[in-house]
Amino acid sequence: MRAFLSYTLGGITAGMVYSAVALALVLIWRATRVVNFAQGGLAMVTTYLAVTLIDRHEPYWLAFAAALAAGLLLGALVEVTLVRPLARRPHLNAVIVTLGLLVVAEGAAGLIWGGGLRAFPAPFSTNGLRMGHTTLDLSPFDAFTVAAVVATMVALVVLFRATDLGLRMRAAAFEPEVARLLGVRVGRVLTLGWALATLAGSLAGLLVAPGTFLSPNYMDAVLVYGFTAAVVGGLDSPVGALVGGLVTGLALSYLGGYVSGRLEALGALAILVAVLLVRPAGLVGSTSRRRV
Amino acid sequence: MGRPARHLLTALVAGAALFMLSDSVNAFTDDKLASVGLFAIALAGLTLLTGLAGQLSLGHGALMAVGAYTTALLLEHTRAPVAVAILAAVCVTAAAGAIVGLAAARLRGPYLAGATLALAVALPDVANQYPHLLGADQGIVVNPLRPPGWLGPGFAPERWLAWVSLAVALAVMVLLANLATGRLGRSWKAVRDDEVAAALAGLAVARIQVTAFVVSAACAGLAGALLALAVGQVGSGGFPLSLSLSLLVGIVLGGLGSLAGAVWGAVVLVYLNEVATSAATHLGLSATTAPNLALVFYGAVLIVVMMAFPTGVQGWMRRLAALVARAARPDRPPGAPAR
Amino acid sequence: MGVEPAAVRVRGLSACHGPVKALEDASLDLPGASITAVLGPNGAGKTTLLRTMTGLTRATAGRVEYGGHDLCALAPEEVVRLGVAHVPEGRGVIQELTVQENLRLGALWRADRVDRRQALAEVLELFPALQRRRRSSASTLSGGERQMLVVGRALMARPRVLLLDEPSLGLAPMVAEQTMALLVRLRDEAGLAVLLVEQDARGALAVADQAVVLAVGRVVMSGPAAVIGGADAALLHHHLGW
Repeated sequence: MRAFLSYTLGGITAGMVYSAVALALVLIWRATRVVNFAQGGLAMVTTYLAVTLIDRHEPYWLAFAAALAAGLLLGALVEVTLVRPLARRPHLNAVIVTLGLLVVAEGAAGLIWGGGLRAFPAPFSTNGLRMGHTTLDLSPFDAFTVAAVVATMVALVVLFRATDLGLRMRAAAFEPEVARLLGVRVGRVLTLGWALATLAGSLAGLLVAPGTFLSPNYMDAVLVYGFTAAVVGGLDSPVGALVGGLVTGLALSYLGGYVSGRLEALGALAILVAVLLVRPAGLVGSTSRRRV
Repeated sequence: MGRPARHLLTALVAGAALFMLSDSVNAFTDDKLASVGLFAIALAGLTLLTGLAGQLSLGHGALMAVGAYTTALLLEHTRAPVAVAILAAVCVTAAAGAIVGLAAARLRGPYLAGATLALAVALPDVANQYPHLLGADQGIVVNPLRPPGWLGPGFAPERWLAWVSLAVALAVMVLLANLATGRLGRSWKAVRDDEVAAALAGLAVARIQVTAFVVSAACAGLAGALLALAVGQVGSGGFPLSLSLSLLVGIVLGGLGSLAGAVWGAVVLVYLNEVATSAATHLGLSATTAPNLALVFYGAVLIVVMMAFPTGVQGWMRRLAALVARAARPDRPPGAPAR
Repeated sequence: MGVEPAAVRVRGLSACHGPVKALEDASLDLPGASITAVLGPNGAGKTTLLRTMTGLTRATAGRVEYGGHDLCALAPEEVVRLGVAHVPEGRGVIQELTVQENLRLGALWRADRVDRRQALAEVLELFPALQRRRRSSASTLSGGERQMLVVGRALMARPRVLLLDEPSLGLAPMVAEQTMALLVRLRDEAGLAVLLVEQDARGALAVADQAVVLAVGRVVMSGPAAVIGGADAALLHHHLGW
């Protein structure tokens, strides 16, 4: 029973991180119909930027903010230089470009920061919270992880549903041509979408880092889990990203706990294939599509 | 002359040329030739899968690993001759390809890419899960391929491996060329272009897609087996995600669906590695950091090619040839309809 | 019938739809406070004409003069800012949004919030049915309500020129008539220049001041609506399928 609780809490925390990655993928997919396989790589780069600042004795929160800002900038840059020129070509072209970007990011990180493993500090304690005589398997940092992701999601929901900019973004994602006829500068909106998505990815990168060692490849598996979460939730739905993340996080946590920690990636693959074969629209995504 | 005969003739001519070439180069280049051969095999299978059958797979590095591990295990634990070990690798990987293909048959575009990406990422973990069997990161040692006795006692093993690799590559090219231009190739293209129409025309769509996977997996397994012999050891560290991605670079560079392009791609992959390694040495980078430069090159190539030459080198050459042909043709008679 | 100078002048406009030349050397005048019908069989280039005028499709030749600008050189999002609204083929209702969100979208590019709220109020007054359903998802609307929604959305931009691509498609005859009546009101009360692409030639000619007939991408007839309507029966049958 104790183990179950432990795996559940761990699964929720991990699941939140996967939700953040899934959210990044969903935002970009909705807007441009591209799966950004470089999402993990970009997050890795911004986390390395943060660690560079920390090495220079800058406060953690400055490094944190810098990484997020770098994520915003990188996302915008990638959209403008790499994705927009390919807008008229088949979507798979842009997907392959993101794969190229992933490889460049991992290689560049290896060159700049070396391929060795590095530790990344956590802003809060990673020891379990004490409740009376027992120690929960939930640490202050875990709580922060959950809170940060939830806060980001809430902020995005508010942006999309309650602001004019959000309305423009949704319109541009659903019907780009119609949106243009209504005066929406779809190009700028797409850039912003990519910027926000990469921000979400960067957040995930920062939240994962303390629990593992930094290396150019450290986000590879997280990307796979995030992709799984996005697919489980339905690639079209931000809410689905949250649900998918939790489901994936819990499932992999139980797998890792009860069977073996090494088989998590394989487990993600199994979940992915199962969902895609049985219910390709995901648990939350709608199966119907548009057209008047 | 029929297509299959033409393919065979091309292969024989190429084989003769390569034989003469290999005679005049040193062991180092022999090593590179062997690599070109085995990567050409892997790329050929993958380019048919992606270019003709329209399925993007990011997991073929993992399939190469399956071939490599099968060979290594057989050579370590049994007294099977090398040829048998290689054949077994092909069969086992083909079977793995069938399984992947069955799942993949229902997946499209980015979903297939994501699923095969998961496969590529999961593989090293699986290898590390069973360290006693699979040797974990360092892996299993494979004895180099020994040249047959009749070549004489001092014959360089690198040269023998280069010969074997290139000969096998040529044979595979002929086979694949025949497949691609035959009925199976046409079925692949039909399914790639319009699945619904193909199904209505009576094609067994799923079976055709699985066949594409099996063929490409067999090639990957064969390449993996040769890689095991070339490198001398098989470990999880030898098959990272970047291997699968560099295969993608190879087929994109060569032009999706083009077998000749697969050869170009293999040459560029191996050459690019060389350039990166020497550049890294010039820049004073350590041996562990040097491979990252190659990664940057690969990724940059992928991006540049996708943005500027989406049809790859082969497509670019074809366009160039068409331009040349048009320039050489006499002027159109007046009144003829414009193109 | 206004003697105002032409609000929009299309000169020698050509465009491709994929590999096909869908529009070739088309010219027409769109006067202010008038309704111009663009008629012709399927594939005649009517939709391409509208799409090229508002920049969705790139023009291979020609100009579209309006207010001193060449609309061809502009992106669609800039064209609407000049006062040219285009209700596209298929209507373009954004189903994932509510009625109110669809409407508000039409005026978001305007900086003045008060003005935007005013525009919304006016449009909802013009279409009471939309007022009742303003919080509903646009996907729940009937055909006629969707028509009102997209016209209202276009009006949110306070356009001087309104382009409509087959507004009566899929509508019951009575609803189609109401749409036509609305266009007449807009012409008379707001002085809008309306360009109306229609398959239903009779309905369009009944309200139009002038008409242009397209066939295979070219303008084959143009003139006052009455003249076109009364033209040689064989000619009409040939072009319009009457």
